[in-house]
Amino acid sequence: MKNIRIIPRLDIKGPNVVKPVQTEALKIVGNPADLAGFYYSQGADELLYMDIVASLYERNLDFDLLKSVAENIFIPLTVGGGIRTIHDVNNALRAGADKVAINTHAVRNPKFITEAAREFGSQSVVLSIEAKKQADGTWEAYTDGGREHSGVNAVEWAKKGIEFGAGEILLTSVDQDGTRKGYDLELIKKITVFADIPVIVYGGAGSLESVLGVIREGGADAVSAASIFHYRDFSIADVKNHLRANGINVRI
Amino acid sequence: MGGTAEVTEDANVITESKAVVLPGVGSFEAGMRGLKLKNLVGAIKEFAASNRPMLGICLGAQLMLSRGNEFGVFDGLDIVKGEVVRFPPLENKEKIPQIGWNSVYKSGLPWEGSIFDSVPDYFNAYFVHSYVLVPDSRENIFGTTEYGGYEFCSAFKSGNVYGCQFHPEKSGHVGLEIIKNFLKLV
Repeated sequence: MKNIRIIPRLDIKGPNVVKPVQTEALKIVGNPADLAGFYYSQGADELLYMDIVASLYERNLDFDLLKSVAENIFIPLTVGGGIRTIHDVNNALRAGADKVAINTHAVRNPKFITEAAREFGSQSVVLSIEAKKQADGTWEAYTDGGREHSGVNAVEWAKKGIEFGAGEILLTSVDQDGTRKGYDLELIKKITVFADIPVIVYGGAGSLESVLGVIREGGADAVSAASIFHYRDFSIADVKNHLRANGINVRI
Repeated sequence: MGGTAEVTEDANVITESKAVVLPGVGSFEAGMRGLKLKNLVGAIKEFAASNRPMLGICLGAQLMLSRGNEFGVFDGLDIVKGEVVRFPPLENKEKIPQIGWNSVYKSGLPWEGSIFDSVPDYFNAYFVHSYVLVPDSRENIFGTTEYGGYEFCSAFKSGNVYGCQFHPEKSGHVGLEIIKNFLKLV
């Protein structure tokens, strides 16, 4: 079986790495370049770098800051936040991103996925879906950093996104994000059951068991987490050793 | 890393260089089309024939073979004899493209003095691809990797001309070692 990727996530606001709890309270957890370098040296397989207010504030992420972070890490870097045009994608890739994550603009204009894939290759285009459970038991895709309604069913959107040419899906549970209470397995299974592109899951990692479970039962191809790493609940090695001890292949 | 690199689309620059890296992402056909459009095919083939150090990465490595089979059959640079073919259906329903880390094993050719000099007998590297290198001759197969039960050539060598299916520049410390070794060949 292939190696499952472990991907620490850096949420960026201004010059800082922050950790939101369900998009409300914000805590500064460190400096982007330092934290990226730390996770790289600790065995991260990739890094996720998301500007969490660029979309909301209708601006671009800071490409200079991104450059300073990308310079010293030699693992793949996926970058998101306010990516709205081919020009933005190009700027992100030139600043050191290997892949871009798009959400808001893709929801508004799904053809953007196809354009970006055509221009830069589908392997560079990650469709980021921020899913929030609704009263009727379905999940809605939220935009603007997980804040705004879109009226779009998240699972149906994932299907569409694959058809439009996304290379990977980054699936976030808005409800579980920051809680450390476990991933939303029900949501994840609904998508991994049909997705023929890799699904990176995010939101809710708490115990080592929760990470194992989202792979074994959830079918995740890659696992992203923030709180458990930023707050030093576990090291990347702790996670990888636990997975390995339970028969999951990881890069050691 | 101790070298100066220039990104170029100029055939003359290639001809006068001490070493050439041919990177690439995208489709085989688009890659060849781009090279032909910029009149680079001749300069690249001549450079390779002079046995100066050359490193193809990912699509760049694929273009160095004779033929590609993505969206049709297309001629490659024919620097190393072989084909580029799509992954067959894989065990464990492994997804295509392969995106992630996998092990590259020594496959018969010694690694001493090459770009894999002093690298452990197998190492992890980062792959993103749907198509694989199939050199005609086993003598060019320099590294092999297994994905979904399918073993394929992840690196080839012909004198000082190398191709890596994986991305050394995204493969952490060992990737940097490989790049350093390539620079040492100059």
